[in-house]
Amino acid sequence: MKYAYYPGCSSAGSGVEFELSSRFVAKKIGMELIETPDWNCCGASAAHLTNHDLSIALPARNLALAEDMDLDVAVPCAACFGRMKTAVKYVRESEKNQKHIEDILEIPYKAKNDVYCLLDVMSRPEAMEAIKANIAKPLNGLKVASYYGCLLVRPAGVVQFDDTENPQSMDKLMELVGATPVEWAFKTECCGASHQVSVPKVGREIIYRLLKNAVSNGAEAIVTACPLCMLNLDMRMKEMSRRDPRLNIPVYFFTELLAMALGSGAKAIGINKHFFPAVEVAEKALIPKPVEEVSAKKPVKPIAKAKQENTKNGGETA
Amino acid sequence: MVVVDLTKASAKNKSVIGDMQAKSGVNLADCYQCGKCSAGCPVALAMDLQPREVIRYMQLGMWDEVLKARTPWLCATCQTCVTRCPHQVDLPSLMEAVRQEAKKKGITPIKELNRFNDLFLNNIRYFGKSHEMVLMGLYNFTTGHLMQDVWSAPHLYFNRKIRIRPHMVKDKASVRKIMAKCLEGGNK
Repeated sequence: MKYAYYPGCSSAGSGVEFELSSRFVAKKIGMELIETPDWNCCGASAAHLTNHDLSIALPARNLALAEDMDLDVAVPCAACFGRMKTAVKYVRESEKNQKHIEDILEIPYKAKNDVYCLLDVMSRPEAMEAIKANIAKPLNGLKVASYYGCLLVRPAGVVQFDDTENPQSMDKLMELVGATPVEWAFKTECCGASHQVSVPKVGREIIYRLLKNAVSNGAEAIVTACPLCMLNLDMRMKEMSRRDPRLNIPVYFFTELLAMALGSGAKAIGINKHFFPAVEVAEKALIPKPVEEVSAKKPVKPIAKAKQENTKNGGETA
Repeated sequence: MVVVDLTKASAKNKSVIGDMQAKSGVNLADCYQCGKCSAGCPVALAMDLQPREVIRYMQLGMWDEVLKARTPWLCATCQTCVTRCPHQVDLPSLMEAVRQEAKKKGITPIKELNRFNDLFLNNIRYFGKSHEMVLMGLYNFTTGHLMQDVWSAPHLYFNRKIRIRPHMVKDKASVRKIMAKCLEGGNK
């Protein structure tokens, strides 16, 4: 488990918790993340909405630098990941494309190395086994809504990761560390991205629907793998609570919850830096629930009843 | 409801609409107006033309309406439409092509969206990386939304989530050269 690591611009800013917690988890499970030297911004949406060549060349420069290291690239941010995958696909499509980009970059780039998102590399069997072996305190059934957002899973032909409508990788990781992923409908919906800033009214409507769905399905926290999804949900949660008081749950990076289960303190990985208070919920989840409470909560009889009814109904319809 | 004279409409603007198809790789004839794109679009609530209407208007040669529409600017390129489209019509790429064309003609229906992207690119030009504080400061200042999200600044600052000193690329010249080559070398 050794990768060239592209942290992305938010790693030193609004998404610093993602960086801190990813580093903690990687170290714990023996995954080597070697930072790409002198990386630049991937251009995000601004580049591809302005100029096609620019949207390929900016991420391609980083990929060319990683190619010198002879390593595949691991990317935490979903937007950076999407742009890099697009660049790889474009350059691999034809020799003409490859030459064109090399002409712009003025350094060799053959697109030999692959790009994976951090969620991908951390949810592979080898990494999952290492996580399992290192769990210090499990999350004791904390109900989480795994939120993948757009660009980790779409467009499928470009990113080639997980399912576009009902991805499972994050749910599996959460289950592994003892949390309980809830079923919900907005797993891969958009968070509004920069619309939260440039057309805020539209943006807020998008996250309102999303949060309402998560809470209605019993989520006690939202887990994300994208720094922009994180910023949008975490920073606007208090505003959303004013609109609907039920919308008051913390948002975590998946690596934050992994790190907590692997024995990190909340402050060490920056959970205290969130806009919406998130330390308490995470710390509480690590405390084992009293046995009586667990058994009292188990609705043994109703389930048996429901099963009987189900078979009854099943029998009737069959 | 919009009444369209089909005989006149479809002959108009053939060349520019052809360009848009070539640029985006979309074949407009692939769309049979099932509407899945518009049903799943997270931003449809704010659009003046629904995503499928953009295609229908272009099929009919009604280019001016598309060029002035807010829709291509509101598209968040979340890729939901193309993922669900039974014919894989790449609507986000089409929106992108229309948007670039409108911008070339100086048509920017939502000034803030345009400004945000310009500032973002300027940020990369100067620092090689995105500097969030400079981006937000300049955005508020140049759009006149002076107080927008200002409440968040102390929290960001004291938690060291924004820094006054930007993190920069060492080889800034190489990034600047890439930007100059792409942006000044014409829109390929």
